[in-house]
Amino acid sequence: MISTISGISLYFLIPLIICCFFCLWRVFRGPTSADRIVAIDILGILVVGFCVFATVFLKRRFLMDIAIAWAILGFISTLALAKYLEGKKFDE
Amino acid sequence: MGIGLFFNLAGSVGLVRLPDVYNRLQAATKCVTLGTCSILLGAFLILPGTQEGYKALLCIVFILLTSPTAAHAIARGAYHYGVPLWKGSVVDRYKTEAKKGKK
Repeated sequence: MISTISGISLYFLIPLIICCFFCLWRVFRGPTSADRIVAIDILGILVVGFCVFATVFLKRRFLMDIAIAWAILGFISTLALAKYLEGKKFDE
Repeated sequence: MGIGLFFNLAGSVGLVRLPDVYNRLQAATKCVTLGTCSILLGAFLILPGTQEGYKALLCIVFILLTSPTAAHAIARGAYHYGVPLWKGSVVDRYKTEAKKGKK
């Protein structure tokens, strides 16, 4: 039973890993800095998905807290990077 | 959760394949938001009535609130930074509206 559940979760994790490699490819390759910011934002949301899968299949309950905190902090960092890209001061 | 994985994969392929910052932003943000919310909803259905299920619902609310805001901020920042549009783009409403505002 346990081995069956872990096998299924492994097959579920393969598309997420492929998604993360796509995002990292865009981060390395991206022609402008806006592309890199978009890719980092998407990578943060994908990590939230990773944490949820780990919560369900590995039965580690604290990982859901990590998912919520990662969602909020990724949003804040993306807003800060977008403001920096727009060329304004941070304190307005 | 399988639906969520499919939408995440589609969003990431769009992130790689599309020609422009704005196109990439559209594809990636919408698909990945829907995909991750589907994964979280599946987690809520798998773990019913527990603490983690309600935390998953809270996380859905956070992602639905923050992801469009972040996408809007990135698009605005990229436009003011001067990232050019793709040459196949047809309309640029933002430019025409800005010209009207100046007149």
